[in-house]
Amino acid sequence: MNLANLLNNYEEAVAMILFGIGFSNLLLQKNLIKKIIGLNIMDTAMYLFLALKGYVEGRKAPIVVDGVQSVKAYINPIPSGLVLTGIVVSVSVSALMLSLTIRLYRRYHTLDLDEITTQLKKEGL
Amino acid sequence: MAFVQNLPFISIILSLFSGPLSSILDGKKAKWLNLAVITAVGAMSAAVLVFVIGSGEPYVYMMGHFPAPWGNEIRVGTLEASMAVFFCLIMFLCMVGGSRERAIELEASKENLYYVMVDLLLCSLLALIYTNDLFTAYVFVEINTISACGLIMIRQNGRTIEAATRYMIMSLVGSGLFLLGICFLYDLTGHLLMSNIQEQVKLLHETGEYHIPLLVSVSLMSVGLAIKSALYPFHAWLPDAYGYSTLSSAAILSSLVSKGYIFLLVKIFYRVIGFDIVRDSKVINVLFVFGIVGMILGSVDAIRESNIRRMIAYSSVAQIGYIYMGLGLGTTAGVIASIYHIVSHAATKSLLFVAASGLTDASGDSTDFFDLTGAGFRNKLAGAAFTVGSLSMVGFPMFAGFISKILFAQAGVESDHKMFLTLVALAISTILNAVYFMKTVIRIYTPIHRTGLPKKNFEVVRAGQQPAKSFAMVCFIILNLVLGLSSEPIIRLFENGLKMFA
Repeated sequence: MNLANLLNNYEEAVAMILFGIGFSNLLLQKNLIKKIIGLNIMDTAMYLFLALKGYVEGRKAPIVVDGVQSVKAYINPIPSGLVLTGIVVSVSVSALMLSLTIRLYRRYHTLDLDEITTQLKKEGL
Repeated sequence: MAFVQNLPFISIILSLFSGPLSSILDGKKAKWLNLAVITAVGAMSAAVLVFVIGSGEPYVYMMGHFPAPWGNEIRVGTLEASMAVFFCLIMFLCMVGGSRERAIELEASKENLYYVMVDLLLCSLLALIYTNDLFTAYVFVEINTISACGLIMIRQNGRTIEAATRYMIMSLVGSGLFLLGICFLYDLTGHLLMSNIQEQVKLLHETGEYHIPLLVSVSLMSVGLAIKSALYPFHAWLPDAYGYSTLSSAAILSSLVSKGYIFLLVKIFYRVIGFDIVRDSKVINVLFVFGIVGMILGSVDAIRESNIRRMIAYSSVAQIGYIYMGLGLGTTAGVIASIYHIVSHAATKSLLFVAASGLTDASGDSTDFFDLTGAGFRNKLAGAAFTVGSLSMVGFPMFAGFISKILFAQAGVESDHKMFLTLVALAISTILNAVYFMKTVIRIYTPIHRTGLPKKNFEVVRAGQQPAKSFAMVCFIILNLVLGLSSEPIIRLFENGLKMFA
């Protein structure tokens, strides 16, 4: 029964697997660029999940055309709004992370965070 | 509707727009604008506090013209308003106390950008305090993170950039989990407004449907916010970030930023999920255990540290542990103790940072433990302030820390299963606190000629030479004494606020 549930909701399962991939990359990768890629995979998985939650089979995007105003004709627009907000947040944090990475690379000529920490200890600042 | 009821919204917008405005001003003007905004927001929050105490009940402020299930809301009770007043007060004193360091350590062309960050930080803290919408809370959590990152890295050296990167990574992990929790909750309940979610969660709890997803959602949100507020195993970024950033940043980060997240967590427990359901879910037991581990191991790390600012930073790890232990007790008394500790720790930790910087000024800008020998004689006010802060952290009667410790102990005694652990952890942690703080106090009051250390010619700093820092230290000392000596009305205020909270 559980397996059947999983197969019926395979989209959500995919979103969660992607979230796991992104999350573990963000946490475990040493390379800063790979960390940022992980961050983006994680955020995108969230958008997939949200978009799935708003989707109703057989309905259209919530833009009124041809005068059809019945609620039953359209999907739930709120998750799409949340996805948009999430994208804005994710773009800004990615930009900030990339700029930090550039700063660190210029200073230490490596993208490996542990390597940078060792160099910092040598500097003895 | 009374005009006062608009003020929470106006204070959020005012601090939000002063940020971009600062970016086109020069450093001096931006500084004054920032101080003016903090003062204005503090005054407005005080007016709101008086209003809410007078009316005796919380009110909901509709944003825009859409009613409850669709629109966005602000909800104000005494707890929210008093937190806003208190955060403004602490932020004002931190900014005043660190003004000399900022002038020295920041590049002149970037000074105004610092105030952009501080304004945005104030805005996001206010929004976290007041908002009644979970997704708005998420957005402002991110704004809070970004501006805090800016505060860390504005002083450019390798350490701060590395610390800012580590801080961002940890924060992003935390906010990813938090966002996932919110999405699950939205999926289960179909609402984003906190009060609406709670109605649905109650129904789900009664019928027993979706028990596991609800549990997952609560734990994701708790763990996400715990990571962001640097609960013990997630604190790797903290000592560098607090130890090497400029003084106001360190003081603001330790006393306000992590507290904003904890306040949001309390709000989620009470208003979104309902505290009984959270208690039944056993999530708080996990927070309790990590809190206790943090209380002890954070202090052990602090003892091993020879850099005074990093030592104070590690002490923050221990104090965050206290707060989570209080939440983890699962009683209202425990939560009150935690909220009181949020306040008393903020007042004390920022005092310690400012005082420590006063001591290092009198020791040739060295933060090394041995260079501080006799610094209490060279900068008398800073020495006194550091002593007050240390005694407060250790839990000496008369000072703020004593009250929160006694509240924690009382809450622990009332709790059934956790009494023994709480009291033992409190005792051990207090002794460890005393070890490193008293060690430092003794060190700064040891005359240098008695120690046999090589004598260095450090300059003597008089209180009048650094008027801003002296003013901040005196205010912090007074604040500590007020919190320590007349705690009754403040505790009652928090108790009433917590009743209004749900």
